[in-house]
Amino acid sequence: MNFFVQVWEIVVKYYPFLLKGIGVTMLIALVGTVVGLIIGLLTGIVRTIPLSKNGALKILQKVINAVIAVYIEIFRGTPMMVQAMVIYWGYAFMNGGSTLPLIPAGIFIVSINTGAYMAEIVRGGIISIDKGQFEGAYSVGMTHVQTMFNVIIPQVMKNILPSVSNEFVINIKDTSVLNVIGIAELYYMAGMIKTMTFQTFQAYTVVCVLYFIMTFTVTRILRVIEKKLSGSENYVVCGSQSDPKAEIRVKGGDSV
Amino acid sequence: MTDTVIKLDHLEKTFGDHKVLCGVDLEVKKGEIISVIGSSGSGKSTMLRCINLLEEPTGGKVYYKGTSVTELNLSSYRASVGMVFQQFNLFNNMTALENCVRPQIKVLKRTREEAEKVAREFIERVGMSAYVNARPSQLSGGQKQRIAIARALSMNPEVILFDEPTSALDPEMVGEVLDVIKGLAGMGLTMIVVTHEMAFAKEVSDRVVFMDGGVVLEEGTPDELFGNPKMQRTKEFLARFLGSAE
Repeated sequence: MNFFVQVWEIVVKYYPFLLKGIGVTMLIALVGTVVGLIIGLLTGIVRTIPLSKNGALKILQKVINAVIAVYIEIFRGTPMMVQAMVIYWGYAFMNGGSTLPLIPAGIFIVSINTGAYMAEIVRGGIISIDKGQFEGAYSVGMTHVQTMFNVIIPQVMKNILPSVSNEFVINIKDTSVLNVIGIAELYYMAGMIKTMTFQTFQAYTVVCVLYFIMTFTVTRILRVIEKKLSGSENYVVCGSQSDPKAEIRVKGGDSV
Repeated sequence: MTDTVIKLDHLEKTFGDHKVLCGVDLEVKKGEIISVIGSSGSGKSTMLRCINLLEEPTGGKVYYKGTSVTELNLSSYRASVGMVFQQFNLFNNMTALENCVRPQIKVLKRTREEAEKVAREFIERVGMSAYVNARPSQLSGGQKQRIAIARALSMNPEVILFDEPTSALDPEMVGEVLDVIKGLAGMGLTMIVVTHEMAFAKEVSDRVVFMDGGVVLEEGTPDELFGNPKMQRTKEFLARFLGSAE
């Protein structure tokens, strides 16, 4: 079959481009997801601070919450491709034509876009934590921030990990829109190969398979991590009546 | 006056347009063990939650050693007034030991070694030494509550508030938790226990407080209150409660 030979030739001939494309795609997707998660956590913590009794502080809190809400609505309500154009060329417009360096610009765009989604994911995660966990922490004197970092966020992280993994996989695919500002990620490379070989179908088939391999692998890896994080089912009971140093392993599920 | 630890001065709490506390006056002396009894909805738990400001009172004042608690540092005030909840509220992401250690490090700024030493001592006291490595989801209700008590004790509080500590437990576990609480009686701690366990209230408390309709209706020694209640409502409540228990 001629088609498969041509596909193979593209792989052999252009693999440095393809590898570079994979590298850029993964870099932007990974950093963008992590930064997005951090944005989500910070907004989540800020938005759940109980309203202050102090009048000025209360107004400030309300203003910050409103700004966060606007940010989330705008970035969830517009396509990332358009956001990329507006941010990239908006910067150029305001700086007399000088543009942002490409890869940092791509990471920035994916980060703030992901942050808007993560903010909602984290908020949902925080809301789903039993109120008793907050009260337990407040009752021993922890502040809101201490409660968040020591008690709530660790539990939220465990609960939202599947959604975060999902965002990462979405980002691997969605970085393809960044070709509109000329970032040399995988999709951009397919376009280059197309113009060099005039084999459009073949070039995009290669890239299609590569995207699938990336997302499939990442999904499996993340699932293993999720399983690890859900914790051991076993614990060690210290000391028996006959031997105080004995350690007894107990397999215990969720007893009530 | 110096030995009054907690004083409630006409405490009020309204949720929406539902008035739960309608002016509670109560004075608790150092080392006193007080049982608070009354029907559901009489405001017992709300009063307790107002004392450590988990609920913000809408009227009246709470005094801690003579100072209005709104003027105190919230964090250190709460550290000195521990609370044990009906639903335990152990931190699910930590082992039993860590539950008792982390608050000491974060709030009291103790070192880890120091905090672990204190925590292990109190975990031993509640008879849970074998389970320091277990997670809350791996413990029974009674075991969780004993760890929750150890967590409260680890902060070296002046007062411990118990909010129906045995109400969420299977009947066979009630005893082990009540035994632990009885065991604390000799420590000089001030304790306020909201409970439905009349036998426990009778045996352990220095004073029993009967709440009804958001006020303290009657208070006295266990003998006075159980033996010779003055108010009609108290008589009815006790008759119903003791009648159904026997």
